[in-house]
Amino acid sequence: MEPIYLDHAATTPVHPKVVKEMVPVLENTYGNPSSVHHYGRQARKIMDQSRYTVARSIGATEKEIVFTSGGTEADNMALIGVARKRENEGKHIITTSIEHHATLRTAEYLENEGFEVTYLPVDETGMVAVSDVQKHLREDTILVSMMYVNNEVGTVQPIKEIGELLQEHPAYFHTDAVQAFGTLPIDVKELGVDLLSASAHKIYGPKGIGFLYIREGVKLQSLQHGGEQERKRRAGTENTAAVKGLQKAVELVEQERTDRNQRYLAFKKRFLQILEEEQVEFSINGNKDHCVSSIVNISFPGTNVEILLTNFDLSGIAASSGSACTAGSVEPSHVLSEMFGSEDERTTNSIRFSFGNANDEQQIETSAKKVSEIIHRLT
Amino acid sequence: MKKEPKDTRVVVGMSGGVDSSVAALLLKEQGYDVVGIFMKNWDDTDEFGVCTATEDFEDVVRVCNQLDIPYYSVNFEKQYWDKVFTYFLDEYKAGRTPNPDVMCNKEIKFKAFLDHALSLGADYLATGHYARVRERNGRYEMLRGVDENKDQTYFLNQLSQDVLSKVMFPLGEIDKKEVREIAKKHNLATATKKDSTGICFIGERNFKEFLSEYLPAQPGKMKTLAGEVKGDHDGLMYYTIGQRHGLGIGGSGDPWFVIGKNLEENVLYVGQGFHNDHLYSDALEATDSNWIIPIESNEPFTCTAKFRYRQQDSKVTVYPRENGEVRVEFAEPERAITPGQAVVFYDGEVCLGGATIDRVIKNEKYIQHLA
Repeated sequence: MEPIYLDHAATTPVHPKVVKEMVPVLENTYGNPSSVHHYGRQARKIMDQSRYTVARSIGATEKEIVFTSGGTEADNMALIGVARKRENEGKHIITTSIEHHATLRTAEYLENEGFEVTYLPVDETGMVAVSDVQKHLREDTILVSMMYVNNEVGTVQPIKEIGELLQEHPAYFHTDAVQAFGTLPIDVKELGVDLLSASAHKIYGPKGIGFLYIREGVKLQSLQHGGEQERKRRAGTENTAAVKGLQKAVELVEQERTDRNQRYLAFKKRFLQILEEEQVEFSINGNKDHCVSSIVNISFPGTNVEILLTNFDLSGIAASSGSACTAGSVEPSHVLSEMFGSEDERTTNSIRFSFGNANDEQQIETSAKKVSEIIHRLT
Repeated sequence: MKKEPKDTRVVVGMSGGVDSSVAALLLKEQGYDVVGIFMKNWDDTDEFGVCTATEDFEDVVRVCNQLDIPYYSVNFEKQYWDKVFTYFLDEYKAGRTPNPDVMCNKEIKFKAFLDHALSLGADYLATGHYARVRERNGRYEMLRGVDENKDQTYFLNQLSQDVLSKVMFPLGEIDKKEVREIAKKHNLATATKKDSTGICFIGERNFKEFLSEYLPAQPGKMKTLAGEVKGDHDGLMYYTIGQRHGLGIGGSGDPWFVIGKNLEENVLYVGQGFHNDHLYSDALEATDSNWIIPIESNEPFTCTAKFRYRQQDSKVTVYPRENGEVRVEFAEPERAITPGQAVVFYDGEVCLGGATIDRVIKNEKYIQHLA
């Protein structure tokens, strides 16, 4: 059987139109955007156009966009850059316990560097309470960092409400929007964020490119030193072809967002419908009313992720779980542990299916039936 | 009807060593639907914070990619702790010398892991053990590996018919040298990797240090059987019957050996000479016997036996009893029979089964200092 890709939250296939835009850049536009000659200008033009498109897509200006190697670098840049710049004003940072490791590990690093980090809890649906942010805000809080959409369960956080709350506080507000970018419309002014991370490969763009939105007036200490690229905020010769690919991916999102969401939502519904028809015992982890269209996290009682993922893969179904199981160590998902408590069996029997452009309805039906078969065989 | 190799799924237990790598390669070459699975039984982080299992898994990944087979991992830390490590500690507490490899094969590799493989739709589980399985009239025999030096049937003596019907040992017909050559010829990532030594969860570490982390050491006296104090011991569990090194008894005459233990009085018995008479016995009683092809009666029979790994076979007469107990009489007196170790029986190439040595007998009396 041809494998079926249900792991779009991990990464997405590059859209053919994106590839088409990138290839000529790789073939012809090899100049260094910093060079003061024809070749340099050709490359610089690509940077400018992409920056314009990206900025406009989130309601920002070009000056406010720093291209990075992806979401992880953008998160590191936001957290460490702010912390270093503002350490004289305060050393307290607020984030949540369900962030991506790009944020969590960086926060832990900052703790070791003498910063104090508060990790906010979430409820059973993976939602942070705005009141918790308020409760933990202190005079010396310099940064609040919270993901927009959780990558494991798809829960959409109340970013706008927290942005409003923080209007009256000097702390910067950073959101990791890697999973939101592409499914939710984003306007940084409306959200009230000072910093926002995003990545191209989650939206059918290439890997190795993303950006950090830095509101004008927000100062960061740069982490990477060298040339004067990205207004001295991120040294290193630009990945022009990837930048072009990001632009195209963003343009496609702008054009297709509504259609895509409808399609993904239909996939999700159909998938769950079949599981029900096949009388599979399962429950959904996450928030029914505040969840992105593409992600569904399902607990299968009486199973475990190792055996599920291996069986799925051997049957041609690519999915994943928040529980890392490299080298045989099963670490229960930190997100589900925060939602349900670390002893809850859902932390080790839950699978994330994420739908997207690589799918069609036939695949959804085939995969849902296969999944049902496997669950019945195992339980 | 037997399935074609291409329709036969074989899960290979891969450790990241050369043996299991070549086992997977041979099966792949024979056309099987091969799946590599790395098993993690022990959480071990080295002084640099690197989990040693991570390194081994990396090797599994590299080899599987070379062979173009899927690879996964599975965790049996909890089962290993409950079934193997707890037994290991209990045996030491009881003053015996356990054999965790036998227990690991019985409870983990050929039970929990086999179940895991079957739940993945596997027809067979394969490992890199040096042993052979032969089907005869619907019954499965286990034969020694052709490489006499590497034969691992000693550790596999507890396998049942049911297990053997689902097991493949692709290395049984070749010797270790060939395994290395095959690995080199195919440029496998593990071709020149050093073989692991010792008990898997202890690895290269100091055994004494390791054990002291789990069991309190109770130092006591070293005495001769006549009661003469010869020095102090660090804790009975650190010594095994017949051991010479680490006693620190000087003086003239033959070197000193461990000849027994008295758990109640916490005394380590020592005696002079490799061939010290007190080290010799003429029979043993064993428990938990397993017959690979179940025996039909408790009639005594003669065969050969090994009392520890990599030992020459000795001639014995076996007297099966009820409840899996067995009495074994030796044709010639045997040295340093150690309670807790396995006694494994052979008829020529065929491994008949084995049992756990419980008591040692001389002149129809239990040797108290060995019980």
